Amino acid sequence: MTDAISQALHVPWQEATIERIERQTARVKSFFLRPQSWRSFQAGQHLDVRLTAPDGYQVQRSYSVASAPGLDGLYELIVERLEDGEISPFFHDVAEIGDAIEIRGPFGGHFVWGPEDGGPLLLVGGGSGVAPLMSILRHRAAVGVGVAVVLLQAARTWDDVIYREELIARDATDAEFALLLSLSRDTARRPQDVGRRIDKPLLEATLARLAAAPRLTFVCGSKPFVEAVSGHLVDLGLSPKTIRTERFGG
Amino acid sequence: MATRGFTGRRPAPELADRIPPGQSLTDGFPVLSAGPTPRVSLGDWSFTLKVGPRPVKRWTWAEFQALPQTKMTRDIHCVTKWSKLNTAWTGVLIDDLLAEAGLEPPTPYALAHSYDGYSTNVPVADLVGGKAMIATHYEGKPLTPEHGGPARLLVPHLYFWKSAKWINGLQFTDRDEAGFWELRGYHIYGDPWREQRFSGD
Repeated sequence: MTDAISQALHVPWQEATIERIERQTARVKSFFLRPQSWRSFQAGQHLDVRLTAPDGYQVQRSYSVASAPGLDGLYELIVERLEDGEISPFFHDVAEIGDAIEIRGPFGGHFVWGPEDGGPLLLVGGGSGVAPLMSILRHRAAVGVGVAVVLLQAARTWDDVIYREELIARDATDAEFALLLSLSRDTARRPQDVGRRIDKPLLEATLARLAAAPRLTFVCGSKPFVEAVSGHLVDLGLSPKTIRTERFGG
Repeated sequence: MATRGFTGRRPAPELADRIPPGQSLTDGFPVLSAGPTPRVSLGDWSFTLKVGPRPVKRWTWAEFQALPQTKMTRDIHCVTKWSKLNTAWTGVLIDDLLAEAGLEPPTPYALAHSYDGYSTNVPVADLVGGKAMIATHYEGKPLTPEHGGPARLLVPHLYFWKSAKWINGLQFTDRDEAGFWELRGYHIYGDPWREQRFSGD
């Protein structure tokens, strides 16, 4: 195993062109990147992005890919505008269609799902933490496997729900998919949604929507969000081995 | 290739040479974990040294606290791109563990094992000579569970996934056996100054 690993090929940086920009919410935009050389990936993986100033100063960040591997030749990243950020104001205020940026990857071998992993699946996302979960949902739909999935998505308000229309449309048409929204600073608009933060009773109610305990659970969001949600899920009896987490921010 | 319109925010010049390529400074303390934070009570805690499959020494929490305690202040670098300067730790040097066990390093490699099933591989040369410890305190306070408490490995000169949280043992191995992240695409050694993030770097 060691030999196989040390012989793995170096994944080089490469240029990608911003082909499309879509506004998702007031603070979130999607960027569709077309790399010079396409590398397929597993749903849930992340891409490294590198920006270079004229004097050579460079900065890197990782972004989960939100598109499915089957969206051939394009990676969709979502970027939330952080007022004190170094990178996100560049993406929101400067980057335009046709610009080139450097990317590397995708990488990551744990927070990933493929049809061979099966289901049912519980996905819990906080804010832009929905990105890798969206890749999993879209991949599941594209490969057409009968895997039951519940997505519990937390956002501040109804208008802050990233991919809201796509998720609600999927909720309406896919009998094996259920969407539950947790809005911390808004009222629920649909009977199944709640106007409060995710707590243990809400997670218990979410689990009850699956016929069986989830084979895998994916939780992605800020550090306190993931810590709280994964702790509640263990309290509710899920095996820690079945819970995969990804945390962002300080 | 310069990125059109990107100017960036540089660290203070006096700190620049402490930040490895591709890293950015943080004042927070982010967490990278594969799963939920395990709950480990001090009453159940123990730490075991193994040579291959064979346990050679085991300490309870109370016994571990009686070992020589060392302070270490270091810069740390996470593969997810953040670096944090001057982090202050207290714990037991690997050198002192080996001395207490009456053990010379029997093999050139080691695997750190954790309560959540996590493992990570580190060459023994990177663990001895005052380079690494089992840390139980951060900035003078007991290490919190989300940061690896009760105890974590601290190997500050390698990317921070090597500093296994919730550690419960160190196993000497004949070969360099890939651990959890190393089996999932991350670099077998992980030197931040050579930017060894992923296998093949």
